[in-house]
Amino acid sequence: MRLRLERRPQPARHWIYLSPLLAIVVTMLAGGALFAALGKNPVTAISTIFWQPLFGEFAFYYRPQLLVKGAPLVLIATGLALGFRAGIWNIGAEGQYIIGALTGAAVALALYPLEAWFVFPLMIMAGALGGLAWGMIPAFLKLRFGTNEILVSLMLVYVAEQLLAAMALGPMRNPDGMGFPGSRNLQDYPAAHNAELISGSGMHWGVVVALIAVIFAQILLGRHILGYQIRLTGQAPRAARFAGVNPARLVLFCLGTSGALAGMAGLFEVSGPAGQVSIDFNVGYGFTAIIVAFLGRLHPVGILAAGLLMALTYIGGEIAQSELGLPAAAIQIFQGMLLFFLLAVDVLTNYRLRLASPAPDPGRSL
Amino acid sequence: MDLSSINPVLLLASLIAASTPILLAAIGELVVERAGVLNLGVEGMMITGAICGFAIAVNTGSPFAGFVMGALGGAALSLLFAALTQMALANHVASGLALTLFGLGLSALLGQGYVGIKPPPTPKLDIPLLGDIPVLGPVLFSHDLMVYLALALVAGVWAMLNHTRAGLILRAVGENHDAAHALGYKVVRVRVLAIAFGGACAGLGGAYLSLVRVPQWTEGMTAGVGWIALALVVFASWKAGRVLLGAWLFGGVSVLQLNLQAAGVAVPVEYLSMSPYLVTILVLVIMSADKSRAPGSLGRIFHASQ
Amino acid sequence: MTLKTLLTGAALALGLTSSLALAQDDKTKVGFIYVGPIGDGGWTFEHDKGRLAIEEHFGDQVETIYRESVSEGADASRAITQMALSGADLIFTTSFGFMDATLSVAEKFPDVKFEHATGYKTAPNLSTYSARFYEGRAIQGHIAGKMTKSNIVGYIASYPIPEVIRGINAAFIHARKVNPDVQFKIIWAYTWFDPAKEADAATALIEQGADVILQHTDSTAPQAAAEKAGGVVTFGQASDMAEYKPFPRISSIIDNWAPYYIARTQAVIDGTWETQQVWHGIDEGMVEIGEITDAVPADVREEALAMKAAIAAGEYHPFTGPLKKQDGSDWLADGETADDGTLLGMDFYVEGLEGEIPQ
Repeated sequence: MRLRLERRPQPARHWIYLSPLLAIVVTMLAGGALFAALGKNPVTAISTIFWQPLFGEFAFYYRPQLLVKGAPLVLIATGLALGFRAGIWNIGAEGQYIIGALTGAAVALALYPLEAWFVFPLMIMAGALGGLAWGMIPAFLKLRFGTNEILVSLMLVYVAEQLLAAMALGPMRNPDGMGFPGSRNLQDYPAAHNAELISGSGMHWGVVVALIAVIFAQILLGRHILGYQIRLTGQAPRAARFAGVNPARLVLFCLGTSGALAGMAGLFEVSGPAGQVSIDFNVGYGFTAIIVAFLGRLHPVGILAAGLLMALTYIGGEIAQSELGLPAAAIQIFQGMLLFFLLAVDVLTNYRLRLASPAPDPGRSL
Repeated sequence: MDLSSINPVLLLASLIAASTPILLAAIGELVVERAGVLNLGVEGMMITGAICGFAIAVNTGSPFAGFVMGALGGAALSLLFAALTQMALANHVASGLALTLFGLGLSALLGQGYVGIKPPPTPKLDIPLLGDIPVLGPVLFSHDLMVYLALALVAGVWAMLNHTRAGLILRAVGENHDAAHALGYKVVRVRVLAIAFGGACAGLGGAYLSLVRVPQWTEGMTAGVGWIALALVVFASWKAGRVLLGAWLFGGVSVLQLNLQAAGVAVPVEYLSMSPYLVTILVLVIMSADKSRAPGSLGRIFHASQ
Repeated sequence: MTLKTLLTGAALALGLTSSLALAQDDKTKVGFIYVGPIGDGGWTFEHDKGRLAIEEHFGDQVETIYRESVSEGADASRAITQMALSGADLIFTTSFGFMDATLSVAEKFPDVKFEHATGYKTAPNLSTYSARFYEGRAIQGHIAGKMTKSNIVGYIASYPIPEVIRGINAAFIHARKVNPDVQFKIIWAYTWFDPAKEADAATALIEQGADVILQHTDSTAPQAAAEKAGGVVTFGQASDMAEYKPFPRISSIIDNWAPYYIARTQAVIDGTWETQQVWHGIDEGMVEIGEITDAVPADVREEALAMKAAIAAGEYHPFTGPLKKQDGSDWLADGETADDGTLLGMDFYVEGLEGEIPQ
């Protein structure tokens, strides 16, 4: 008697919703075991990570922070999910995020200290275009030369990081900053500041745009011909070609959109919570967004939930670090485990576990 | 600016030493990809190998025990990936990324007590007569054991892939796993073995970083080298000999930019630092114009019932 | 109600409840925000030693908490706010990049005292503090100039900011004074801590003839590279890097934050804390010179220690004229010393240094 995996005729509906929940529960158990091994009370640790930010003593401060931390993740992941569904792997969202921040900040710094209503919208457009352009590089190379977009987009992340350093130390350096690196702080420039729309809520323009992106992506995937083509290409590439899907158009659209969204996320971050163009501006949102996209099962609403969950683990993890002395690495492992378990449990959506005796395979008689 | 201060002999010697970690990781990944699996978790496996190797070397006082443990550590982590992709049939890209994240966190956790410690030194293999030849001596014959092992590994992989039955089976599984399965080859087993080999090589490369190149343990010390190794495999069009060239090119550009700086060349530093990555993209583009294709089943999920 | 009001209210409420609570909150809580891991063996490690010194000195009177590897930007704001919310009375933020975050949180928590390292923005409840590392560099430069046989000194610099440029200038001036033929080769690593890159940079410099390596990066990798190469002299940076004594590490600059941290904590306990901007050097004990080993000839060691005493006593300033800038223009006249303002914003090389500062 062995355990065999047998493909289901179609994906099991209930498992699509159950598997993320199961994965979370299993992660909490495994994570608890890890924390116990580190000498911390597992129940305290898990509740610090998951419960405290939402309902704890200082939740009035942490709940808005969930939006601050989650918005860029959701925005970037939504764009990435479109491409991932079509088998177009944009791994360079971090680079597009940086370039979007640079182009948007450049507009703001160039216009400083002009106070006008159009400064911020101009910055958003610049950020989107910057990210779009950076995303177009792997798209163009893929279409023209067949170069693998995973590697090109990834290499461009490192190039973008060096560019960020060059800008923070050179052309964008704050002239009033006594020679120290880093640009002017955009939080001090009202027309360019991505401030909270409702004070204390953590909701800045990035949050709003992230929500809009989720809605648009949902509509695109569900109702629009392009969304249909994306889904088709991902599930049955040859059928898609027969159906007349133009692969080049999809590549351009997916890489362009994810680049633009990542660039906007960068802009909202640099003009809001981060405030200035500095050497260490990027913190890995572009890579975490990939995980969020998968956690959200490449579904816009799922991504919204996954993004908030990921933000919760970050913020809860920070509290656990300062209150319980839990090492930062433990939280990273925890997040990795979450993804691992989700991927493992996901198999149950498409395959059925069967106990079977090793019967002879009829197709193998020779 | 004084370019004459750059010593080409020493530069070449440095280049060969600098390229060893990438070479090890890339040759391992090459075998994995030829079997049809795309393992993006190279970075995670390398850094796990780095800490395992470092910890054991410090605890036992033997760098060689460290290297062995580094390989085992990388292989162990890769088996997680194997379980996910071969048994749980998960998406390769996501699994690889999860592996990287997990590996980075795990290594940071394991490495907590080892920061700032000096590891036992790895002896240089100064081959007596050959090492004294004027130019070739220092360049080729005065390195430590790992450098030579890496080169031997490249030769071994090349021979295995092209001249042995095992290599043929591996390539068949990579080109068309359904046909290979129909022919009776154990696709899953071949792939798991390949993944473990790739993990061991990456772990070895990581151990080389922490025991010889730096030598020290720091969180996140691989700093993206695993991703470069992935790029190298594509650059090499999945051919073992070209991996060597690519590793030297990449190692060379990194070493060269530092030497140029020291010699006073007034190129902006960040642009010099970008150069290895830009060169890699350029080479990727040139190589993709080459007719060599990726293995046919690369990245596709295999399940016997399909 | 704005967040500011809400938070201030919360902080006040917390303060009230904690003073009403039993014994427990008679403790002063001191928090530390670190930019790197405490095990880095360099910058953060020394700050943490300062924290441990506070614990040892004050015993049960003081409780310390810390967060390590905090990235700049929104994460820093959150980390500092968290610490303030959890009841810290005094918070040290130990990296330049935390400046704006510290200022904005300080504004929201007027009853909490903040100390920012190496910054320049202050507030009624925010001080800044920094160390005159260039004093240590001057001594290093003197020893380097005497010890080098190839007349090439390698310098692993991090970022082209005034602090680093000051260090290069100070070291060069004093190396040239004792050795008119000495040349500095500078590599900009663009990192404060990256052992692999530092090892490569050190190796490149050594291959180009340097037999002394100075560094403004924080790991021991250059010492290891020097040891491997043999015959190359190094200096410890930020920490003593004692495992490389007596050779290649022949001396070091040690960041010693303990006296300042203890003093400021005492001020908070006594209620005498006031905002200030301090720049302390060898005199106040913030900059220590690590043991000069026997690898250095006795006469050189005497000269170095004499210079250290003179700097500490205020008799000698490392930047004393006559000095010219790299472009040939006059900077300091004979006997004139540089003022703090110029030093803080230093963006030029002195005469004799080759190469340009990257823009």
